[in-house]
Amino acid sequence: MASLVGSRVERKEDKRFLTGKGRYTADINIANQTYAYFVRSPHARAKIKKIDTSKALKASGVVDILTGEHIANDKIGGLIAGWAIRSEDGSEMKCPPNPPLAKDNVNFVGDPIAVIFAESLEEARAASELVKIDYKVLKAITNLSETMNSETIHEGIDKNLCYDWLLGDRQKVKEAFEKADKIIKLDITNNRLVPNAMEPRACVIDYNTASEEITCYTTSQNPHLSRLIMSAFGGVAPEHKLRVVAPDVGGGFGSKINLYNEEIVCSWASKKIERPIKWVAERTESFLTDTHGRDHVTHAELAVTNEGKFLGFKNETIANLGAYARVFGTVTPTYLFGPCATGVYVMPAAYSNVKAVYTNTAPVDAYRGAGRPEATYTIERLVDKAAIELGIDPIEIRKKNFPTEFPFKQTLVHQVDSGDYFAGLEKAKQMSDYDGFASRKKDSEKRGKLRGIGVTTYFEACGIAPSPVVMMLGCGVGLWESAEVRFNPTGQVTVYTGSHSHGQSHQTTFAQIAADELGVPIENVDIVHGDTDKGTFGMGTYGSRSLTVGGIAIVNACKKIVEKGKRVAAKMLEASPEDVEFKDGEFVVAKSNKKKTIGEVAFACYLPGVRDEVKSPLPEGEEPGLKESAFFDPANFSFPAGSHIAEVEIDPETGDVKLDKYTAVDDFGTIVNPIIVEGQVHGGIAQGVGQALTENAEYDETGQLITASYMDYTMPRADNLPNFNLGFTCTKATTNPLGVKGCGEAGAIAAPPTVMNAVINALDGQEIQMPATAEKVWKACKNLKKSNSKAA
Amino acid sequence: MKKITVEVNGKKIQKEIEDNTILSTFLRDHLNLTGTHVGCDTSQCGACVVHVDGKSLKSCTAFAIDLDGSKITTIEGLVTNGKMHPMQEAFKKMHGLQCGFCTPGMVMSAINLLQNNKNPSEQEIRDWLEGNICRCTGYQNIVAAVKEAATKM
Repeated sequence: MASLVGSRVERKEDKRFLTGKGRYTADINIANQTYAYFVRSPHARAKIKKIDTSKALKASGVVDILTGEHIANDKIGGLIAGWAIRSEDGSEMKCPPNPPLAKDNVNFVGDPIAVIFAESLEEARAASELVKIDYKVLKAITNLSETMNSETIHEGIDKNLCYDWLLGDRQKVKEAFEKADKIIKLDITNNRLVPNAMEPRACVIDYNTASEEITCYTTSQNPHLSRLIMSAFGGVAPEHKLRVVAPDVGGGFGSKINLYNEEIVCSWASKKIERPIKWVAERTESFLTDTHGRDHVTHAELAVTNEGKFLGFKNETIANLGAYARVFGTVTPTYLFGPCATGVYVMPAAYSNVKAVYTNTAPVDAYRGAGRPEATYTIERLVDKAAIELGIDPIEIRKKNFPTEFPFKQTLVHQVDSGDYFAGLEKAKQMSDYDGFASRKKDSEKRGKLRGIGVTTYFEACGIAPSPVVMMLGCGVGLWESAEVRFNPTGQVTVYTGSHSHGQSHQTTFAQIAADELGVPIENVDIVHGDTDKGTFGMGTYGSRSLTVGGIAIVNACKKIVEKGKRVAAKMLEASPEDVEFKDGEFVVAKSNKKKTIGEVAFACYLPGVRDEVKSPLPEGEEPGLKESAFFDPANFSFPAGSHIAEVEIDPETGDVKLDKYTAVDDFGTIVNPIIVEGQVHGGIAQGVGQALTENAEYDETGQLITASYMDYTMPRADNLPNFNLGFTCTKATTNPLGVKGCGEAGAIAAPPTVMNAVINALDGQEIQMPATAEKVWKACKNLKKSNSKAA
Repeated sequence: MKKITVEVNGKKIQKEIEDNTILSTFLRDHLNLTGTHVGCDTSQCGACVVHVDGKSLKSCTAFAIDLDGSKITTIEGLVTNGKMHPMQEAFKKMHGLQCGFCTPGMVMSAINLLQNNKNPSEQEIRDWLEGNICRCTGYQNIVAAVKEAATKM
């Protein structure tokens, strides 16, 4: 039987999406439902003096209005930070309370204050105009660099500082810098982004008055985790009376990891008003209240020899947490950022120091790549600057500092199990026709255009897992994954996974894996996810962990099925279990032609006995049925790596940057389905190009988000991008039986420095901050003309 | 309130609706055709594209009452005799979708392109689809799907 792992299998989920049969949360309607509309703060920072809902309560169609006072009276808990990070001085991080509805203070535009339930959405929205709130408006703190010297936003949190974290050895770095021929210095901002899954957040709540169970349909990347937080911290209902279902989810990119105010409020309220509730975010609500990403200001330094050897690295960063610390908010700019900031290089000494601060902006949390794009941008921009200042080719300077052996003990935390950075870079160089750049540049110049080329080599730590490690680093839960495999009596297989697909294609890739392990046709395998009443438990999907953690749990559960199958087959075939081999769906007694298919064995497990033609005695002590489960907790992260090369052409008259060529060579270990991996890389690159060239979430000094619609926040569209040229190398991961590494975030990690290095190359090394908009580039082009005319 | 008569996916439908009911709401909430998605409030994302009298239209931009007497096709109306439309088949073959949310609008818009231009160039496809935002695919496989469909339609 040909292996499905590695094959370009078309997706099993496509038909329903392509025919309009997908079932997203907003598609769900429950008889007698009410519609929720949230009254939100129009101010970035204010004290709430008084809330008057009396008029609104009398408005047409209004069923009830609830406020922060009701939340407090019912002792409903708030939203939480999932990771406890300690400061360099050993002190605990400082987190403000984040109640589901603000009672006394609001801290960003969009902070919810009250919720109206009405018979129709129009009536709920109309009634919101009648809710009167008296505010004492305070000065908004929005400038990241000045935050620590500004007024205190949250009582008791001095300097607005959550923590001042250090990873690495300052003394060693100092010594390394003293030995350097040259110190390369760089000041960069990592622009704030809005993840912008195309499906706006939503929830539909159904409270069953008979069973007292709350069902929450929601747009989540991790329904079990949402249930856990809503139950353990929110106190909405005990876990066995709370069912969270994330049906089809239209993209997440990190923004749907968090449990949000609306899900807690509507779940709690549904029981209170004894009516189902539907809430669907408007796009501007999503812009205002979805967690945002990135938003760092960094000063970094690299100590080098004249030959281009790296001696040491410093990283001083201020990271914006926004108004509140959320689930991955505190770990994203620390352990997901700091360790990767030394890149793919042998770096004798390094440290990363991060000050995470609160501002009057939307909470900042994980967004595709989470910390690793910021890390890669820092080191890869710095290495390019070193290449310019030392007059060394950017590819050569990178090669001089690659590790030559694996496992590679990376400077700050990670033991990288496998990789070959030379192979990837060489392949990218060939595929991009790096050597032909000079002639393409000449051609561009003939047409009055500037052309630049940019290189990035990256590695990242993903497949976020090893529970003992993440818990030691401050994580509040273990990041394993679960799977359950049920072999039905008539031969089909249902696999329950704790991972969640919101575009990742698990229904296909996980079925490929299970079909291979069990030797059954892929058509006979169904993948079930996203419902806390079905799967055992799950930590969900983020950090490129679905395959490397969730997929391996499926492999392990399948292996248990085969083990039991061997024992049962042995009894049926009158052989000893050690003599039974399993291959291509058949249990075969060694050196004989006696065999049973896995379907026959499964059937026997459900019909344990001997009667007439049925001869399926189970071995003594063996339970009937064929169902196994597994929890997988890998020994380490997975470490994908790669080299990306981009070419841009700039029109100096307009500042317009055209991304002309993009080559990506990635090492994801074993590839289960090339079509899907290519799709993941395309999407990641597109988001990374967006960060580099167009996207920017911008708050004004009063804390208003001035990029809160698709008219103002410019994500790449079809006509902004070229086709990407993809290649792969393969060094297998040693920490899981399939040898797989995560692939979902690579593009978003590598693309920003790749594109920016190309833009800066075209601008003769002039520094420019992301996004490289036409205005900024046009100004830089004017500087270029000035300096050229001076030189002449 | 006004009574309108429209043909939706080949079926004649008469409904009494409010003057301010927009077409996307009419399709989703009144006819339960939830394949048409709403991704923004500013007619920017294109997830809600349907065909009205053979032309693609962002269904969040039109009042349903203005379409009295029209023929409307939604993503649900593309399957004939259990067989997907060549554009749907091409999206599947070329992996032109991931989360599936923008997909209905993207497919409807792409079909309308091929109705106007049987053999569009790569650039013409990218220009035409400029009004449909996809956050998952980077558009590459969508463009490939439209090219593939052009050979079948």
